[in-house]
This record gives sequence, structure tokens and C-alpha cells, in this order.
Amino acid sequence: MASRDQSLHSPLGLLAELTHRCPLGCPYCSNPLALEGRDGELDTATWARVFTEAAALGVLQVHLSGGEPGTRRDLVEIASSAREAGLYTNLITSGVGITTRTMRDLWEAGLDHVQVSIQDSDAVSSDHIAGYKGAFQRKHALAAEAVRLGLMLTINLVVHRANIGRIGAMVDLALALKASRIEIAHVQYYGWALKNRDALMPAREQVERAAVEVEELRRRHQGRIVIDAVVPDYHARFPKPCVGGWGRRSLNVTPSGKVLPCHAAETIPGLEFWNVRDHSLQDIWALSPAFGAFRGTDYLPEPCLSCERREIDFGGCRCQAFALTGDARATDPVCHKSPDHGLVARLAEIHADEPYHYRR
Amino acid sequence: MTEGIAIAPDARPRLPRGVRLTNNEAQGGWVLLAPERIFKADAIAVEILKRCTGEATFEAIVDDLTAAFKAPRERIHADVTKLLAGLAEKRLLEL
Repeated sequence: MASRDQSLHSPLGLLAELTHRCPLGCPYCSNPLALEGRDGELDTATWARVFTEAAALGVLQVHLSGGEPGTRRDLVEIASSAREAGLYTNLITSGVGITTRTMRDLWEAGLDHVQVSIQDSDAVSSDHIAGYKGAFQRKHALAAEAVRLGLMLTINLVVHRANIGRIGAMVDLALALKASRIEIAHVQYYGWALKNRDALMPAREQVERAAVEVEELRRRHQGRIVIDAVVPDYHARFPKPCVGGWGRRSLNVTPSGKVLPCHAAETIPGLEFWNVRDHSLQDIWALSPAFGAFRGTDYLPEPCLSCERREIDFGGCRCQAFALTGDARATDPVCHKSPDHGLVARLAEIHADEPYHYRR
Repeated sequence: MTEGIAIAPDARPRLPRGVRLTNNEAQGGWVLLAPERIFKADAIAVEILKRCTGEATFEAIVDDLTAAFKAPRERIHADVTKLLAGLAEKRLLEL
């Protein structure tokens, strides 16, 4: 084993993308344009090894995600192996593709938490956005079953121009489902979602109204439900701290076993990702070129280098910097101090009421 | 925000499924694991949370800690109230 940098942090979280397969066609899907197929997916035993190595590396929480993780027939075995490795095991699901029977099996396997996404407060709009008739009802049934079993439930509200005015109604729905937590997730423009940016982008007035409404909802429901929300990227003054710092807090394993510093890292050209089939997770974390590429803050340009927020947001998101400026080392142009911030401001003003390009 | 919140003496605080206290060497000690959250737990928090099993009453927990730490009961009462009320407000503790 090669020598390790003593200043390395231990990762806290691992996003396990069990599959890219998904029955829904959401226009804001952030998975890459080229999806990995079923044939290349890691098998049950390899996931179990990854979880054991992750726990040894210091990872505390694993998020079973996708695609829709429910399309894996061995989901219960996979969850069970994560739990056996000692990891806090979180299931991130659309709610479609997991039966109530499977939910019970997952509960028995020791699942710690379930997160179900919803697309809107009513069935017609919700199914329209998901591109799947009947999705709303199935999400409901699965969320209800999780709560009935005694699992804590987070409802993830995916917010964009078509539904941003109904956050209050969506929060009511989450309360009716007895969720303990809500995540208000403004659409982020990565992967497939970039195709639909103009159709999804909310107007500035909508974003401002939503921020006020969320504060009111927090006050009104304090002690009943926790509401987590952040300002959507293109309307923010400061960038989000990309995955808590590149190669610092988390790692992401794709369906075929490639280990990425973040979900969208493959959009940056020239990075070399290692695969769990060839290397241990420890070696990948410490030594793989992709993790080393933007670790720390030394590579950042001004205005980041002398910025008092340098260790707070790490110059923002590398993938976004690349997507918008063509330079992955640039200051994330979401930051109002970025010389390219005008570009983000212009893109945020572009709206087109056109049909969605569904992910099929 | 939790100032002035009282916890009933006969409440039986319990960490719900989905909130776990665990000791992890790589992360430097005890942590409380919760949905999308990880809290570092100091030595006092650990002693309090270990007792939140749904069996002991709030009053019994305070008495037990008062004896264990040989500290003024009022101070222990205030510390336990602050921690537990804060967690309950975040829906991470059942009272």
C-alpha cells in the first residue's frame, strides 16, 4: 500500500447508486446522459464488500439510491449487508417499484430511514411531472407503510417552476403522511436536467415568495416537522459547498463500481476514476487521481483564495464551474463574486413553457 | 428556542428507530446518527442519551446522573432538559 496523506479526512457518507434503471421519466433527473446498463451492475457480494470497506474507512451513513433502488431484486440483501457492516442505512426511493412487502423485509433487515420523493401536491400534476401514471398513489402507499412500520420518513419535495407555488400544500401532504422531516430540493441542473433547464427554471419572484413561505411554514410547524431547504443555485448569492468539499466528506459509487467524489463528477473531462472491482475503497479515497484533483483549496483562483468563505464553500461546485465556464477550477459562477456571475443571472431569466423532455 | 421548555417528570424519553448513538474511532468518538444528520456527542450527552431507552423516566434519569456526577441536581436537570428538548423539537427524540 502506498503512503497516505495524514491530513486526509475520513468520509462520513457514501452514496450507493445501486442501479440507473428507473420506471419514472422525471425531466430533472440529474443522472448522466449515458446511463449504465443492468449488465454492468455490481453484484450483491461486491456491494457487501464495499460497505465493509466503507465502514473501516470511517463512513457512518450509506444512502441506497439510483435510479430507483427498488428495481434491484436483491435490494433487501444489499440493505441487510449495509446494516451488518454497521452503517446507518438510508433508502432513497421514488416509491415506485418497492412493494409494501419489500418495505417490511427492509424493516426487518434493519433499515434506519426512508426518503420518498414527491413531485407535487396533487395526483394529476405529480404523475405528469414524473411521466408515470399512478406514481402519486404508489408513493403514498409506500410512505404510509414505512410510517406504519415505525420507520422515520423524510419527504423530498422536488421544486421547480411548475410546483414552486404549492410548497405549502406539499408540506401539508408530508404532514398527513406523518413524515418527520421535509427536504425542499430545488432542481439542480446536472445531467439530464440540463435539457429541461428553461422549462424548469423558476422566476426570481417565485423563488423570493417561496423563501418567505418556507420561513412561515417552519414557524407554524415547529416541533412537528423539520423543514430543510436551501436557496436554489441560480438564484443564490453564494455557491453551495459542493459535497462538503471535494474528497473530504463523501464518496459516490456508481452502479458499475466507479467511485466518484460527487454524483456529477463524470461530467468533468479528464478525471480518472477508479473502480471498486480493481481497488479497495481505502486506496481509492486516498490515492485515486479523481479524488486528488480538487482536494483542498490550493488550486482555487481569486476571488476564492483570499475569500473568508474559502473553507465554508470551497469555491462552490466543480461540476457547475465546468458546466457554465468550461473550467472546472474556476470559481463557481453562482457566487456573486465570480467574474462569470452575470452568466448565471442571465440563465436564471430564461424561461420557456415548453413540453418536458422526459427521461426514457 | 428550547428555553423554558419543561419536560414532564414521568416522561420516558426514547431515541426512535432511525436515531442511533454509536462510537466510531475513525470519526473521533461518539456520534448520534440521524436522518441526513450526524451530531458529535460529548461525554455528558453520551451519558444522557444512553439512558433514553424508553424505560427510565425523565426524573429517574436526572436523579441517576446527579448521583453519578455528584453535581447539583438543578444543573443536571437544566442540562438534560436542554439536550432532550432540543432533540425532541427536531423530532429525534420521543418524550
